[in-house]
Amino acid sequence: MIDGLMGVLIIPIVAATLFTLLPRYRLTARLNIVAAFLTFVTASSLFVVEPRSGPYLLVDDLNKVFIVLTTFVGFTTSVFSASYIGHEIENGRLTPASVRFYHAMYQVLMFAMNLALVANNIGLMWVAIEVATLTTVLMVGIYRTHEALEAAWKYFILGSVGIALALFGTILVYMAARPVIGEGIDAMVWSTLVKHASQFDPALLNVAFVFLLLGYGTKVGLAPLHAWLPDAHAEGPTPISAVLSGLLLNVALYALLRFKMLLALNPAAIAPGPLMVIMGLISCLFAAFMLYRRRDIKRMFAYSSIEHMGIIVFAFGMGGVLANFAGLLHMTMHSLTKSAIFFAVGHIAQVKGTQKIADMGGLTVTNPLLGWGLVLGVVAIAGLPPLGIFMSEFLVVSSTFAREPWLAIILALGILVALGGLFLRLNSIAFGAPRGPTAKAEASYVPMFLHLALVFIAGIYMPAPLVKGFENVARLLG
Amino acid sequence: MLRGNLSFDIAHLLAGSLVLLSFMQLYQYRLYALLNVYALHALALAASVGWQAFIQGAPHLYVTAVIALVFKAIIIPTALHRIIVRLGIHREIETVVGVGPTMLLGMGLVALSMVVMLRVTAAADPLAREDLAFALAVVLLGLLMMVTRRNAVSQVVGFMSLENGLVLAATGAKGMPLVVEISVAFSVLIAFIVIGIFLFRIRERFDTVDIQALDRFRGERQ
Repeated sequence: MIDGLMGVLIIPIVAATLFTLLPRYRLTARLNIVAAFLTFVTASSLFVVEPRSGPYLLVDDLNKVFIVLTTFVGFTTSVFSASYIGHEIENGRLTPASVRFYHAMYQVLMFAMNLALVANNIGLMWVAIEVATLTTVLMVGIYRTHEALEAAWKYFILGSVGIALALFGTILVYMAARPVIGEGIDAMVWSTLVKHASQFDPALLNVAFVFLLLGYGTKVGLAPLHAWLPDAHAEGPTPISAVLSGLLLNVALYALLRFKMLLALNPAAIAPGPLMVIMGLISCLFAAFMLYRRRDIKRMFAYSSIEHMGIIVFAFGMGGVLANFAGLLHMTMHSLTKSAIFFAVGHIAQVKGTQKIADMGGLTVTNPLLGWGLVLGVVAIAGLPPLGIFMSEFLVVSSTFAREPWLAIILALGILVALGGLFLRLNSIAFGAPRGPTAKAEASYVPMFLHLALVFIAGIYMPAPLVKGFENVARLLG
Repeated sequence: MLRGNLSFDIAHLLAGSLVLLSFMQLYQYRLYALLNVYALHALALAASVGWQAFIQGAPHLYVTAVIALVFKAIIIPTALHRIIVRLGIHREIETVVGVGPTMLLGMGLVALSMVVMLRVTAAADPLAREDLAFALAVVLLGLLMMVTRRNAVSQVVGFMSLENGLVLAATGAKGMPLVVEISVAFSVLIAFIVIGIFLFRIRERFDTVDIQALDRFRGERQ
């Protein structure tokens, strides 16, 4: 019996197998879109028919939000990727053979992320995140240049250390659960763990959470464990930068949130909130200041991702329904906006033939659609009203201000510093005298403007069912 | 009871020897010697896992032990030996921190893991406790090795010994499911790394496997 839950896993894996067999890249690029779209439709069906959770797979309000977001951005990115990859082949930066590999890996990545989200088993979730890491390592290194290989190597080593620490944390959680639940597979199943969490040994849980925070935190890109993130974003193909920023960071965050829920259920364990608040604040501030010295456009937006992940982790660390709601909203808005920005940046880099900010200029004159798309995206990501990120940032800051005014001031400082940094660079990229080649771009504008439209609408009007759904999840997170 | 004590002592001995071998890795100057110590490390792991499989009566752990023996103690060190000969880097290792401070740091880390793990696992059974404490020590020493070395091959050795610590922890946690799967997943990961070193021909691309040379290519410093 195949239900929606199995669907989001089977479609990508079948597609990946198919893509390794098909030689023609144009056809695979189209099929990639079809597969991603089917996965998205299947994921959306989870809202209508909720399949039963088993010992390995699970569906609840929390992961439904993540799955739908992941498959949606996965779908729009596949549309962008088709036109991007076509251009890369014309450039000669990629060969048809490596594109074949790229498409298969794209679907394996979607599979791994979906598996991590629906896994009902902490071991299975860990394996899925490891697979996702490996596939992205391979894709980051796909250009085979000095920089790409170095980025892939760095990502690989740091990512491996991260997942190794996360595994140690996972083992400790099992150790904590074993005396209560008993030996065997049950002591690794989320739904069972959550039921008995209050009886676990708190000291063991505390140590476990520290390891999990460091381990999965590396994958979220929290400072000071973020070193892999800018390189991986800058040197890989741009669709992968979009997926990394928009989705993979969220998946690691999801794992962290699950464990946070577990700890929150045990009254004797440390509160996981303050640790997350501290790491979130450090990431936000650090990345905001780092934005000022960036010369590479993709690297700049990678630092912006660190800043936003910092804000999101901060919001979830503060906890409470309002802050959780704000965190969820911010995560969704950031995924949509950041991937839209990377869609624009990918085409811009192709037109200009470089990623150096100094060699770009006057984009709004030479390539109006791309230029204004980027301007809109940056305005959104910087958190200006009336766009969606303004809403969520406002919620994070205001809900914090009511409880811990000092923390809110520090956070607001980080956001403002980042705003300054982004606009400084945006000014030279989008306006002023045109610099560099000014060829017309054969771009697919639909995904970018679709994302931006969604972010714009969310800033003005949020449909009631969506608010209600987010509220449910926020309450679940405690 | 005698048998219980004996099995405990042997498990203790094997896990302790892993920590000792981790220490020995810290002061190996030569890549060859380092690889040999790593092979011993994997051998000790295989023995330790095999012993756990025996005393826990968990036959699936024998699979993990065999993987450790064949893959980690034989295939990987041999492959790395060949690679470093091919790359012509079998002479010396550069260390960022000298051996003395590294050893002191290592001792500190072992003490830390003992303090942390023994304190928090007071309720658990003694064998699992000690195993976990040793495992954490091995993990931290592996991390230390990865930070103090610049050479890509010795970083990989550091990562592999870190991973051995994780397998030790997983087998020490009695009845933990998926241990075999996880050890297979890790073997795949390591195989990737080793193939990565070789296939990407880091030496050809970068002229050296010295990680410091890689820093030159950081996008910002052009």
